Amino acid sequence: MSTKLRILVPVKRVIDFAIKPRINKTQTGVETKGVKFSINPFCDIALEESIRIREADKDKVENIHAVSIGPTKAQDVLRTALAKGADNSTLVDVGDEEVEPLSVAKLLQKVVEKDNSNLVILGKQAIDDDANQTGQMLAGLLNWPQATNASKVEIDGDNVTVTREIDGGADTLRAKLPLIITTDLRLNEPRYASLPNIMKAKKKPLEKLKASDLGIELVKRIETLKVVEPPVRNAGIKVETVDELVSKLKELKAI
Amino acid sequence: MDPRIRSLYRNLLFMGKEYPVSSGGYPKFRRQLKQAFQKSIVESEEDLQNALSRGDYITKELEALYFLTRYREMKRRYGEDS
Repeated sequence: MSTKLRILVPVKRVIDFAIKPRINKTQTGVETKGVKFSINPFCDIALEESIRIREADKDKVENIHAVSIGPTKAQDVLRTALAKGADNSTLVDVGDEEVEPLSVAKLLQKVVEKDNSNLVILGKQAIDDDANQTGQMLAGLLNWPQATNASKVEIDGDNVTVTREIDGGADTLRAKLPLIITTDLRLNEPRYASLPNIMKAKKKPLEKLKASDLGIELVKRIETLKVVEPPVRNAGIKVETVDELVSKLKELKAI
Repeated sequence: MDPRIRSLYRNLLFMGKEYPVSSGGYPKFRRQLKQAFQKSIVESEEDLQNALSRGDYITKELEALYFLTRYREMKRRYGEDS
């Protein structure tokens, strides 16, 4: 009899991918007022994978727990996660301040220990800060093996085989539970949370905690000095004749 | 009104909130959805079944549209050639 899976899926609330972020007036970050937020696409893939593991073998998974670390409004992404198939959820309310990956990993470590999880599936990175650190740091803190950038996950008893996306090919790893997996884009196709499912999910449990409830003090180790827009690309010019083109290219020493 | 029609309308309206802004966003979606519902005349059970299955089709198309726009944008940003 193999161990039953207790899956933890951390999800992040980020500015929707379709929105073009604007820098705020003080140049300390991006404007978040009146902007649409949604679940980080990679976290959505992680959530989908955990649900698919259960759909493939119902008896293998004991629990899927979605957890979000963010402002009070991160409840919305947890509700979506519950609608898609998570069993219960926890919001660690840290206010509007952005939390550094190390603090996130420390908080998640506590949640894993409290929850007795044996598999953590995370998105490889969030599309807002693009840090790509949380999963790796969590693996370090827990001293668990990790398989990052997964494009395929197979579970057979206590053995997990993960195919990873690497430059110019694939890398296949095998590890025993417990394990950290971070997801890449091609792992699966996330489902849509329909209105009836969101309504039904309102009955599912949503626990609210503070960072101090988990015994973690949020310390900032990095200071953002300035955030600026990328430089605007200059418009090109049209040349009239071939001769002009050749002379321009010669000017630039391109030929 | 048949409850199936009402719930279809409600579900589609909910989905419309994510309709791409570049294609007119929620206001355009809502207008078109309303028009489509007003235009489809349902006088028999068969009409109703046809209309509902068309609604299901649109729901699936929207889901596919949302998935693909997001997937393509992610691929553009984080894909191999980016």
